[in-house]
Amino acid sequence: MKHVVFEIVSNRALTDSVYEMVLAGDTSAITRPGQFVELSLEGLFLRRPISVCNYDEGKLTLIYKVVGKGTEQMAHLTQGTKIDALTGLGNGFNDETKCNAPLLVGGGVGVPPLYRLTRNLIAKGKQVTVVLGFNTAAEIFYREQFEALGAKVIVATADGSYGVKGFVTDAIKESGAKADYFYSCGPLPMLRALTTALDIDGEISLEERMGCGFGICMGCSIMTTAGAKRVCKEGPVFKKEEIVW
Amino acid sequence: MVRDLSTTLCGVELDNPIIPASGTFGFGAEMADVYDINILGSISFKGTTLDSRFGNPTPRIAECSAGMINSVGLQNPGIDAVINHELPELRKRFHKPIIANISGFSIDEYTECCRRIDSEKQVEIIEVNVSCPNVHNGGMAFGTSPESAAAVTAAVKAVTTKPVFIKLSPNVTDIVSIARACEDAGADGLTLINTMLGMRIDIARRRPVIANKMGGFSGRAIFPVAVRMVYQVANACKIPVIGCGGVATAEDAVEMMMAGASAVQVGAENLRNPFACKQIIENLPKVMERLGIERLRDIIGIVK
Repeated sequence: MKHVVFEIVSNRALTDSVYEMVLAGDTSAITRPGQFVELSLEGLFLRRPISVCNYDEGKLTLIYKVVGKGTEQMAHLTQGTKIDALTGLGNGFNDETKCNAPLLVGGGVGVPPLYRLTRNLIAKGKQVTVVLGFNTAAEIFYREQFEALGAKVIVATADGSYGVKGFVTDAIKESGAKADYFYSCGPLPMLRALTTALDIDGEISLEERMGCGFGICMGCSIMTTAGAKRVCKEGPVFKKEEIVW
Repeated sequence: MVRDLSTTLCGVELDNPIIPASGTFGFGAEMADVYDINILGSISFKGTTLDSRFGNPTPRIAECSAGMINSVGLQNPGIDAVINHELPELRKRFHKPIIANISGFSIDEYTECCRRIDSEKQVEIIEVNVSCPNVHNGGMAFGTSPESAAAVTAAVKAVTTKPVFIKLSPNVTDIVSIARACEDAGADGLTLINTMLGMRIDIARRRPVIANKMGGFSGRAIFPVAVRMVYQVANACKIPVIGCGGVATAEDAVEMMMAGASAVQVGAENLRNPFACKQIIENLPKVMERLGIERLRDIIGIVK
């Protein structure tokens, strides 16, 4: 964990409610895709945990959906604003598995952390298939960015307004994609359906309301097959077999 | 001029009065990666019960104006795991007196935990939590009547030679009568206040934010309540008081001590600012200089 004051480089809407914020500052504490940062926002007591979409030296990209007071405030922040953050939080995705053809499945605002993971896996020469699930065409974001990384991208929309009609599990079945490992982040029902549908090993990123975000308050504990774990510290990424559904 | 930050709790010398409150610092190991925790006066470790507990379902946390509600429900690995795993890890990183925070669901459970922790040398104070609002049939129930608070105090005192501080609940009509009952039953000191029982409702979903419906409200918003209760109790009792509740700055710590606290715990602020205790300790000499305080212990209870 590192305490860093970032400066906003850009903050733009990707859809009606999803925004991309690019920040300048020290990203050295971030070591894995799937980790998160915690932002201190004006007038709010607790910091807000936001997953890291992408990071390079001195540059951090966050994608967030406006769902409450914190993210509402974030959406109004402008270029040049300073943001107080704790970075390098949580245990991210393991991008050093022996798989050759990983399947990355994201649902809604579960999509962002898969971006840097895709980048890493492609850099390691893996055949990456990315399945992105949204409710409707207007909610789709980052499809082109994933394609630009060199991944095979399949999009599913629940209402059929773009790509495969249905859920990510339908899109996977229809595509006949052959995968030997999966990584996923998204709503719980999607994660559960996916885990049931796939008989390969994989990793899942969970979400939970947090107090501290760095492992001291036990606010975000979940019971796993290996005992109580903290989503903010041992997680947010867990192995498939650790999850108690 | 060198400012003297030291204070004493029942003969236990602390380099400074700043102590992370139980439940907001784990067992210290995570925080030792953040800064050198040996700058702290002491640490009150995560509330520990006889058996391991997972605690309450999530969500356990709710945001409030200038504070938060938690309903963790005393998640802890149990007293034996704390003695065999957590304390050895803390000892590697922390060389100051430790405060053991103990909870229970029966008087026997409190006494058994205290008996087991009694042989731990670095534990110099036992803090008995009779004020957890997040568990049923125990915790706060013991701290809401003078009789039951006194019963726990007497039972615990009988099994340990270490100073016993009773951590009191603010969710009572008359904190002074409960504090006096603890003192009369042999308590060596008192810690106050624990969290205030609170609740938030998600108005879009029309249901409580917290899975357990209610929880403990803490953070800056409760500071005036804590100062008031510390003042009342310190003036009514002879035993030392550890002031706790909404402390966020060095000025808050000074205010708490002027109200009557011999030491000060910092709780919820640690969760939003992991460097809170460090910053308070670093700022104390400057605040003392500004206020003309040479020795911090001189201001304990100075406000009448």
